[in-house]
Amino acid sequence: MSAVTDLLQQAVEGLGSGAVYASLALALVLIHRFTGIINFAQGELAMLSTYVAWQLMASGMPFWLALPVTLAVSFAGGMLVERIVIRPVRGAPELTVVIVTVGLFIFVNALAGLIWSFTVKDFPQPFPDGGLDLAGVRVDWSTLGILGVVAVVMGLLYLLFQHTSAGLVMRAVACNPASARLSGIRVGRVLMLGWALAATVGALSGVLVAPVLFLEPNMMGGVLIYAFAAATLGGFDSPVGAVVGGLFVGVAETLTGAYVHVVGEDLKVGVPFVIILAVLLVRPQGLFGRAAVERV
Amino acid sequence: MSTITAALGTDRARRRRAALTALLAAAVAGCVPFYFAPFQVFQLTMVLLYAVALAGLNLLVGFGGQISLGHGAFFAAGAYAAAVMLDRYDTGHLATLPVAAAGCFLLGLAFGVPALRLRGLYLALVTLAFAVFLPPLLKRLEPVTGGAMGLTVDKLQPPAWSGLAEDQWTYFVVLGVTATALLLARNLLRSRVGRALRALRDNESAAEVMGVRLSLHKTLAFAWSAMFAGVAGCLYTWVIGFVSPDSFSSVLSITLLAGLVIGGLASLYGPLLGAAFVMYVPSVSQDLSEAAPGVVFGLLIIAVMFVAPTGLAGLPGRVLGAVASRLPRTTAAPATAAPDRTPEAGPAPSTPSTPADPAVADTEPVGAPPRTERE
Repeated sequence: MSAVTDLLQQAVEGLGSGAVYASLALALVLIHRFTGIINFAQGELAMLSTYVAWQLMASGMPFWLALPVTLAVSFAGGMLVERIVIRPVRGAPELTVVIVTVGLFIFVNALAGLIWSFTVKDFPQPFPDGGLDLAGVRVDWSTLGILGVVAVVMGLLYLLFQHTSAGLVMRAVACNPASARLSGIRVGRVLMLGWALAATVGALSGVLVAPVLFLEPNMMGGVLIYAFAAATLGGFDSPVGAVVGGLFVGVAETLTGAYVHVVGEDLKVGVPFVIILAVLLVRPQGLFGRAAVERV
Repeated sequence: MSTITAALGTDRARRRRAALTALLAAAVAGCVPFYFAPFQVFQLTMVLLYAVALAGLNLLVGFGGQISLGHGAFFAAGAYAAAVMLDRYDTGHLATLPVAAAGCFLLGLAFGVPALRLRGLYLALVTLAFAVFLPPLLKRLEPVTGGAMGLTVDKLQPPAWSGLAEDQWTYFVVLGVTATALLLARNLLRSRVGRALRALRDNESAAEVMGVRLSLHKTLAFAWSAMFAGVAGCLYTWVIGFVSPDSFSSVLSITLLAGLVIGGLASLYGPLLGAAFVMYVPSVSQDLSEAAPGVVFGLLIIAVMFVAPTGLAGLPGRVLGAVASRLPRTTAAPATAAPDRTPEAGPAPSTPSTPADPAVADTEPVGAPPRTERE
């Protein structure tokens, strides 16, 4: 295999994992846009959803039926989390909200361990084996499938936000909650909807990544760090940025692991750390984000 | 800040009472290792050690209002500094402490500079990413750190003249370091530095306008706090005699933050209570199931944030305050309730002084030196 095809091969694999980071980053960005907070428990919620899917399939449901049920459960779960855990600290300082989401992180992680134990579980690959051969570069159906799913999710979110009245209301709340409330929008419900959407998108990332990483309660810990890097790179208030950032982080991670021997496979997790640090120091609003101007 | 009006150290009765409490605490702490089994003494030693790390985290989070999800990394740095010195250079235990402290102070300073530009959430992100990155890095630096296998070094050994068992001697040494560290933290917070930090936490712009140098104090807060974590890590090596990358995963960082929040943010005694949680919750609930500590920690953190943002340390004060505000003022003036109240029970970063505890808010202006000492 020539050097160029090898490079392309690595890049394609990077895109595959990048798409997973992108979908979790998308969930983070949704919540950040609506509530201005970073949900440290996002990955764990996705992991919990993945367990739901696993449980459904273990009781005999086929994958393509278990998936919509899981997404519906995640949607409802996201609403509940907002109402029960996040609503009471709305308007509290950032520190409080972050600590609450960290608490949720610890709790959900342990809860999954309590119910399903910490042993690693197999998760079926929804996409067929094999793939395309493009001039020597092999593109697995699963990679294409993941990219396709993320593209569809992006498209649906775009339609929802730009072309429905619910989307208009949601944008109004994200833009200015106080004015939205004064114009008669029930902000609380919209926030619940925002969390529900984020949980659903996050659930997808969990289900997509589970066949590769295998299902266990700590599965999403690493993915979360990459998703943070993706969202930071793209800008925490830009869904497009989250996807572009996710793909970039995925490719950067794979290429660094394969070609920079000082880093290698074991230190790949340093890549998101460096990306986060560099972006925040050089361009804190990210590539697609808008710089916040604060009046004091 | 109303600190100028508060009389510092002139109140003799207060001083005498403080000295008495300190003596009593010292007496109790001194008797402990002779009445408990070695394993229990070991657990208490671990509580003391974690208290040092939490006191450092408290400087940063509780008083500085900056969030760190990566303090386990500084803890690890201190532990490895001590272990490597003992392993390769055979320096003796005492020499490792200042090196670990100074090294982590500098590391914290280096981290504090980018931290300046990262507000709240973003700092939490970076520190968490760092905590996740550190264990594989330690594994990679195998020639120095022993890789995934870790390093086994000598534990503290009691000198012959002391006539103490190993666990008792270790306990006393750690007790000494912890007492010094907590005293240092307390004095630091009562000084200009502490007032500046609280001012910055409560209103950055106002503090800057009043002449508090934001960059200096925020960077220093990070450095001090890293130093405490490093000292705790060094003690860890002394007590356990073994370090490995997996002992310092990101779980440690998250557990430290959890312990601090449950113990009480911005409270002087919160770190001690929180340290007890960090030590005992896992060991008690582990018998139930592997997941039980996490369930307990997670629920407690959320519950504390909802109902008692001042943590366990602030709970007596809140309860007394609530009771006092319901009684007629003449019978239960807030001042009489004060001896039992934890200092700093006033607004924590997470609570603007809510009308829920008017007595507390009335009597204890933020930034005033605590009226009483309580162990």
